Parts: sequence; C-alpha cells; structure tokens
Amino acid sequence: MTRAGLWRIALVTGFAGAIEVLCLTGTIDKITMQAPHRMLVDLAKMIASGSMNAAIAKTLTNAVLAFLPAIAVGILTAVALFPFKRVRNVLDPLFATYYAIPVFAFYPLLIVMLGLGDAPQILLGFMLAVVAVIINTLNGLDRVPRVLIKTARVNRMGPLATAFGVMLPSAAPYVLTGVKLAVAYSLIGIIGAEFIMSRGGMGYEISFAYNNFDNAIMYPLILLILVVSIGVNTLLGLWEKRLMLRKSGR
Amino acid sequence: MTAEVHVALRGVGKSFSRAESSDVVHALGPIDLELRKGEFFAVVGPSGCGKSTMLELIAGLTSATSGSVEFEGASIAGRIPDGVGVVFQEDACFPWMTIRDNIDFGLKRAKLDAVERRDRVDRAIAMMGLSGFAESYPAQLSGGMRQRVCIARTLVMKPRLILLDEPFGALDQQTRLLMGDELLKLWRLSGATVFLITHALDEAAMLADRIGVMSARPGRLLDVIETGWPKERDSRIVEDPRFGEITARLWRSLREESMKSMGAAGASS
Ligand SMILES: Nc1ncnc2c1ncn2[C@@H]1O[C@H](COP(=O)(O)OP(=O)(O)OP(=O)(O)O)[C@@H](O)[C@H]1O
Ligand SMILES: [Mg+2]
Repeated sequence: MTRAGLWRIALVTGFAGAIEVLCLTGTIDKITMQAPHRMLVDLAKMIASGSMNAAIAKTLTNAVLAFLPAIAVGILTAVALFPFKRVRNVLDPLFATYYAIPVFAFYPLLIVMLGLGDAPQILLGFMLAVVAVIINTLNGLDRVPRVLIKTARVNRMGPLATAFGVMLPSAAPYVLTGVKLAVAYSLIGIIGAEFIMSRGGMGYEISFAYNNFDNAIMYPLILLILVVSIGVNTLLGLWEKRLMLRKSGR
Repeated sequence: MTAEVHVALRGVGKSFSRAESSDVVHALGPIDLELRKGEFFAVVGPSGCGKSTMLELIAGLTSATSGSVEFEGASIAGRIPDGVGVVFQEDACFPWMTIRDNIDFGLKRAKLDAVERRDRVDRAIAMMGLSGFAESYPAQLSGGMRQRVCIARTLVMKPRLILLDEPFGALDQQTRLLMGDELLKLWRLSGATVFLITHALDEAAMLADRIGVMSARPGRLLDVIETGWPKERDSRIVEDPRFGEITARLWRSLREESMKSMGAAGASS
C-alpha cells in the first residue's frame, strides 16, 4: 500500500472514530445519529435477516437497467456524432450545460407519462448517466492521433471497423471515465427518484425509515449505499489501472 | 533503362485551405515523376516542402488539387489502392496491442491462416531486431524500436509499393546504417518499389537508385540524381568516392533551398 493510501485509511477511520466518540459521549444524541459500530451491527443483522433484500435487489437491478443502456447508447451516439462537425458545433454546448439542468424536476412528468412503476426511475437514471458517456467518449475520440486513423485507412478499413477497431480502443481511457461517471449517476438517479416517490427500493426505505425516526434501518441503508457505490467504482478503478499499466508499460 | 512505370505523378499539385480563413496554402507541385517498377527512389527536401503530402497523395490518403496520380496504370484519386504499404513519419503503433498483435494487425484483417501469419510475424520480429519484445506493449519500447514495429507491420503485408516517411528518424546513426542494410536486403528479396522520404542526405545517397531533390514549399522536383549503384550493395559503399560526390551534389542543390525555407519560416513568425 502506498503512503497516500495509508493516509487515506487513517483519515476515514479517524473520522468514523471521532463520530463514534461523539455519539458515545452523547454530544450527538441517539435520535440524530447512531454510533457507527451500531450501524455496522444493524447492517449485519439486516443482511442476515433478509428484510431489505427485495429493496436492495430492486434498486441495484434498476441501476443496472439504467447504466448498461446508458453506456451502449452513449458510446454509439458519440461514435455516430463524431464525424459530423456542424452537428457537433450545435450539440457540444448543449451537452456541456446538460448537468446544469436539475433532471429530477422532470420526474413528476415522467411518472405522468410512464406510471408509478420502475420505468420512470430507470429513465431518470439513464438520462443522468448517458450524457456523461457521450461527452467523455467524444472527448476521447477527439484525441485519437490522426496517424492511427490514417493507418486504419491504409489497411482499407471502413468507417465502422475504424471506429470500433481503432478509434474506440484508442479512446478507451476516456470512455472508461464516462463509464465510471455513468455508474455513479445512474445510482444517484435511481435512489433519488425512489426517495421522491416510489413503491420500493433502497431510496424508498431510507425515506420511509426517516419519516418514522427508524435509525436502525436508515443508517445501515445509507452505509450500504456507500459500500455499493464505492465498491463498484473501486472495481472499475482496478480495471482501469490494468489498462493504463499496459499503456504506460510498467 | 526502359523499366515498366509503377507510379506516375502527372502535374500533381496540392493546396490546403485553412479552416478559419480564406487563404490557401500551396503545399506541393506541380510535380511530374515516374517511379519505375522495382526501383529504390529517395526524396530529400527542406522541412515543410511537401514530402509527406506527396506520400499521402501516392497512398491515396488525400486527393490532388491538380493533376493525377497513377499506380499500376490505374488512377488513384483519393482511393486507397491495394498492394501499397505505408510507414508514417509519426509513431503509428497501437498502444493497446502487444508488439506481436501490432505487426499481425494487417495480416489478421486479410484473414491469412494462423500458421502463415505466425511465421511472417516471427520473421519480421527477428529481422527488425525486436526478438524478446513480442509480448511487450509499445510504451515499453524506445521510439526507434516503435518505428521498427511500424516498419515490420507494413512489410509483413508484402506490398508491391512501399512508402516510407523518414522511417529511421528516431534511430542513431549506427542503427540507421544497419537498418538501411536490412531495407536493401528486403527490397532485393521482395522486388517491391520503394519510395523513401529522408532528411539524411547520406542515407539517400547510400540506399537509392535515384534521388529526387525538392525545392522549398511549394515543393517541386529540382533535380533527379541517378546514383548508379549495383543492385547488390550495402552500407559499405559509404567508403566509395562516388558516395561523397553524390552527397556533395545533393547538398549543393539543397543548401540554397533549405536557407530559403528557414528564411520563410523566420519571416512569417
Ligand atoms: N492537413 C493540412 N492542412 C493544412 N496544411 C497542411 C496540411 N498538411 C500539410 N500542410 C502544409 O503543407 C506543407 C507541407 O507539409 P508536409 O507535411 O508535406 O511537409 P514535409 O516536407 O513532410 O515536412 P517535414 O520534413 O517537416 O516532415 C506545410 O507547409 C504544411 O503546413
Ligand atoms: Mg513530413
């Protein structure tokens, strides 16, 4: 482990330890927050009893249903847009300002259109995630060295073979940045939507527990969301590191 | 010599229009040149005179503003002809592939059978002095080694016309001479026509049957020098007194042009 890594662990444990002390001494009262060790115990109990399994499964399934299409549609859109300079001159500024729009504001509209099932939540997660993939893929495609494209042409490769055989692999590190963002954004979209209005899922359970002052459910669920999103990101990070090691040759 | 014409450039010129302004950069020509089948032709000229542009015109990567380019009797006009291999001036290795996969790239696309592919790649790796690096990635190699990977990748396809844009630019003088020997050997074995752009006058003088000397931009052919070397030759001809004469003649033609292009660069900046 690197020095920075050790410091990072020390920082996080220190923070958790400080909260633990503040809770145990009663500086933070029980109704506001539970001591971190209780959260861990409650989380273990919750997983053992399986009481939240349905909610966890629903949220994670919907997140996957949002981010896999977001990645596919995002990459394909970027590849299709890339050759058209004029279209991009029109669209690029729109993509750049996209995240200034609070997409959640459209959630009620989506419910009206699609009903109070999983569809509007998945769509919201998709909408949040897809543009990050488009922006980052386009950014990567812009940086493909021209000589690689010329090499593809000399090998008499068509536009599709060039895009998928040369340009996307060359842009892979940027595409991966988009994918990582898509994972985070789709989770945010799904859980946020569940929080606002839905009939199940982790966001819904947190909101329900919050309204009933049920800290024994709320905090373990928050902890679980943290663990899941950090876990997925770490896995992607490890994969990225392997790709980069190859490229930088160490 | 009445050898068959392999590549013909007739009145070829190329201008680039700048995207943001209306002014046009006249990069090349008009050029009239015929490459004979199986000859080794070298081009020297001041930086920015349009050598790479000329190579891209022959490769069909860009189309001429005026005139026509023919390869094996058929007009190219911006189509990529079959049987032409190109080694670019810049590093064109695919960084996400091993050296073996890089060299195998074109063969795999051509759907050759696995045994033949492996055989050709192995031989190219040995010839280019890359043994032991087959499973490495380009980033683990030096610039000169990467350039050799690109040469190998082109040669395994057995092109009938090989276009090389300063392929030894990243090599030291000794390796450059040895690579020159390899290239000569390969040229003799394959019977391919070679078009080599170089900035090293001695390299041109040692390798080529004929050397085209280009003017400052817009590049025109000032002079075409026949070296008269026998087909069986290698880097030892640098000891021949004729080698010195050829190099001196190249430098006489180029000195003034190079000063012009330096002056132009100084004036425009
Ligand atoms: N795509 C392009 N768009 C605009 N101008 C270009 C383009 N490609 C080349 N040029 C211009 O054409 C001229 C010739 O360029 P080229 O690359 O052919 O020179 P070169 O002789 O290969 O130079 P060097 O020896 O430095 O490699 C240069 O002035 C360059 O600025
Ligand atoms: Mg050049």
